[in-house]
Amino acid sequence: MPVQLRVNGKKYSVEVDPETPLLWVLRDHLGLTGTRFGCGAALCGSCTVHVDGEARRSCVLRVGEIGNGAVTTIEGLGARRPHPLQQAWIEHDVPQCGYCQAGQIMQAAALLKAIPHPTDTDIDQAMSGNICRCGTYSRIRAAIKTAAASMGGGKPGGGAA
Amino acid sequence: MTEGAAVSRRGFLFGGVCAVAGGLVVANSSRARALAQTVAGAGKAPAAPEVTAWIVIEANNKTVIRVARSDMGQGALTSLPMLVAEELECDWAGVRAEFVSASENAARGRVWGDMVATNSISIRGSQEYLRKAGAQARTMLIAEAAERWKVPPAECTARNSIIRHGPSGRSVRFSEVALAASERAIPAEVTLKDPREWRLIGTSARRLEQRPRVFGEPVYAIDTHVPGMLFAAVQGCPAFGGTLKSFDPSRVKSMPGVTHVIPVGNDAVAVVARTWWQAKVALDRLSVEWDETAAAELSMEPLRTMLRDGLHAPDVVKGHATGNLPAAFAASARILEVEYEAPFLAHLTMEPQTCTAHVTEAGAEVWAPTQNAEATLNTVTRALNLDKAKVAIHQRQLGGGFGRRGLAQDWAIQAVLIAKAVGQPVKMIWSREQDVTHDYYRPFAIAKHKAGFDSSGKLLGWEVRLCASSVFAQLAPYLMRDGVDRLLMDGFVDRQLGYTVENFEVYCSRRNTAIPVGFWRAVNLSQNGFFRESFIDEIAEVAGQDPYRYRRELFKNNPRALAVLDEVAARANWGKAPVGVHQGIAIVEENNSWCGEVVELSIDEDGNPKVHRVVTVLDSNFVVHPDISNAQMEGAIIQAISATLTGEVIFEKGRAQQTNFHNYPFMRMNEVPKIEVHLKPSLGKYGPVWGGIGETGVPPLAPALCNAIYSATGKRIRALPVKNHDLRCA
Repeated sequence: MPVQLRVNGKKYSVEVDPETPLLWVLRDHLGLTGTRFGCGAALCGSCTVHVDGEARRSCVLRVGEIGNGAVTTIEGLGARRPHPLQQAWIEHDVPQCGYCQAGQIMQAAALLKAIPHPTDTDIDQAMSGNICRCGTYSRIRAAIKTAAASMGGGKPGGGAA
Repeated sequence: MTEGAAVSRRGFLFGGVCAVAGGLVVANSSRARALAQTVAGAGKAPAAPEVTAWIVIEANNKTVIRVARSDMGQGALTSLPMLVAEELECDWAGVRAEFVSASENAARGRVWGDMVATNSISIRGSQEYLRKAGAQARTMLIAEAAERWKVPPAECTARNSIIRHGPSGRSVRFSEVALAASERAIPAEVTLKDPREWRLIGTSARRLEQRPRVFGEPVYAIDTHVPGMLFAAVQGCPAFGGTLKSFDPSRVKSMPGVTHVIPVGNDAVAVVARTWWQAKVALDRLSVEWDETAAAELSMEPLRTMLRDGLHAPDVVKGHATGNLPAAFAASARILEVEYEAPFLAHLTMEPQTCTAHVTEAGAEVWAPTQNAEATLNTVTRALNLDKAKVAIHQRQLGGGFGRRGLAQDWAIQAVLIAKAVGQPVKMIWSREQDVTHDYYRPFAIAKHKAGFDSSGKLLGWEVRLCASSVFAQLAPYLMRDGVDRLLMDGFVDRQLGYTVENFEVYCSRRNTAIPVGFWRAVNLSQNGFFRESFIDEIAEVAGQDPYRYRRELFKNNPRALAVLDEVAARANWGKAPVGVHQGIAIVEENNSWCGEVVELSIDEDGNPKVHRVVTVLDSNFVVHPDISNAQMEGAIIQAISATLTGEVIFEKGRAQQTNFHNYPFMRMNEVPKIEVHLKPSLGKYGPVWGGIGETGVPPLAPALCNAIYSATGKRIRALPVKNHDLRCA
């Protein structure tokens, strides 16, 4: 029986073993390659997506477990207009190789949804599961603060689903 | 950033794989698809004239600047076009960068020169011909406009993609004269601007390559999509030196999606399936027998013994000598003899090794995360025994390089062998475990220092002996001179030592095993910087001097290094650290850049070091894009702190014991210190040679950190990583 999925506001019916991690369904079945494979063991955060607004490691999340959960990927985060985090990422020139940055941005978006004005400690707690091998951490921190400021007291989460 | 298709004035279809590979019809359509993905959102690139091989001016007066070197995050897609644009005088707001193809470079007589991005070479290795390319095209555009206006070219100027004739006030856009200008002869001689006239170089101009990385666009090799593509998961022999004995495909052949179970070379096996996850699941269940007998001696203790024996073996080579060392030692009242050691390190590029290939009888097409597209072309050509003209390499952005993806092309060989066996396009992806256990590691290295002092502690003579596996012997034997890999003595030979030591000698030997070694950011200097700069502190202590002031004396004949040293000491407020915080200093030259670093740390009561601040000063002679340079320094420092504190790969009978980020940790957000980067380009004051930047932040970090630990605890770290030492107060 096909697995039913809701990703970035679209419904999909996918012929796939429900044990398959969401990451590979996104990448290889749906062609959403913005979510990236880094470790396969929830150690690096490159594959971070949102399920019902919460940050999840898609490399260990079995697609059959998602049920009616609404999945948001980096492609959906700024689909209508760039998320303030994406703008801040460009303003601070955060990426070096950039491979982990989709996961970093999704993690940060979940943080700002929960805590619109995070302290350094909040940022440490939320972001320390996401590895950047290029070492862009200081810029990630600065960009999160810029995005938080630009989002003001308005709607936390911006364009996130 | 796009991989556009423009028709050149020489009638060559840019990126024309079909023309190159002949008859690769399916491959060509797949390429079209990949192209469509790459340019998604950027609009279709119109056919436009190539003014020269480097520069295309489009009808809308925008400029495409071609980039030959790889981009792995070091900013080549911005900094290299800046060098061209500075002289071209085009409007930077309208510039787009575009990778060239290695196949086309070969077909056009290497018109784009070297494509390699290792050894911090991208800018320093191409700055002159890129600036020249910009000046040549500008000269051609101006000549065309001047001819139309019937005025002397010298009366015309170019700025922001517009040519003006001052006396008459006439102007014309580049795009209006580009086609005709492209037919003019390329001037052999052009005059380049004096650096003081630069307006773009030296500014943190708008980056050309960042947006797709922030919006999740498919720019990396792992994102490649080719219609009809299958996926491969690979298991190499768990022990280096071992071989594939047998495997039993019967249990997995019928698993969902599985199409092929095949050997790859003589030391790996692959499962190919309709999705990567299906391939991976089947591979995990495949029963394989390996012959690991050849790996029996590849454990740390026998390896350590081998290197120690190598320090004084008959094949030791003398690299550099000054003065009369035997006499200095004979006159010494005190001899200090100590051994240092640096471990194997893995790269862990964020994107695990991957490569997509399609191999048919007509030729091969490869989508590669390569630091050296020409090496990929050569490797694939050899592996398939094909004519170079029948191989097309598509250079994609890399999810990290750090030296893993330059001359080490093992992943490309595997991908094309699998694709050849399958006959359909195949995307090969390694699991992270495969990646960590099948790296080309930074070599395990041992150094032995011997220093002689008079009774007052004055240094009389210093001998250094080094032994490690040679990266050149592994990957580039043609770069050795008389069988000697001089990189093994990097930082100790010739000008690089930088210090004035009256009686000094350095020796090395190499010991290669089946454990593959490769280029790891800063290569041998990442170890030799640690060996040298830690021992300088030991020498200073015997002399009873402050490590900073002692280095000043040794730099008495080296004003450039002294300026960097003084600057970093001043910026770090050397000698005046807050209570409970301890400082360490080190300075190393790499690729004609001098880099000084001060590390500030504290040690908690459990003996855990915490790095609070790193201050660094870099003199790379010239700087193209300060913010990219800062980012490279920040990244190098974080990579080096991680390696110094926790990085090591341990081998037991040829098997790497580390497998993923849980047992090969990398620094995380909550551990990051304050990093202060001060760029101090000397702008030709000490010579014309441009310095490298990408690796330069690495070598001084480990010694500065360990020197700070010594200051804090009195414990001298002579073997990395730091985590293996008990730093609790006695």
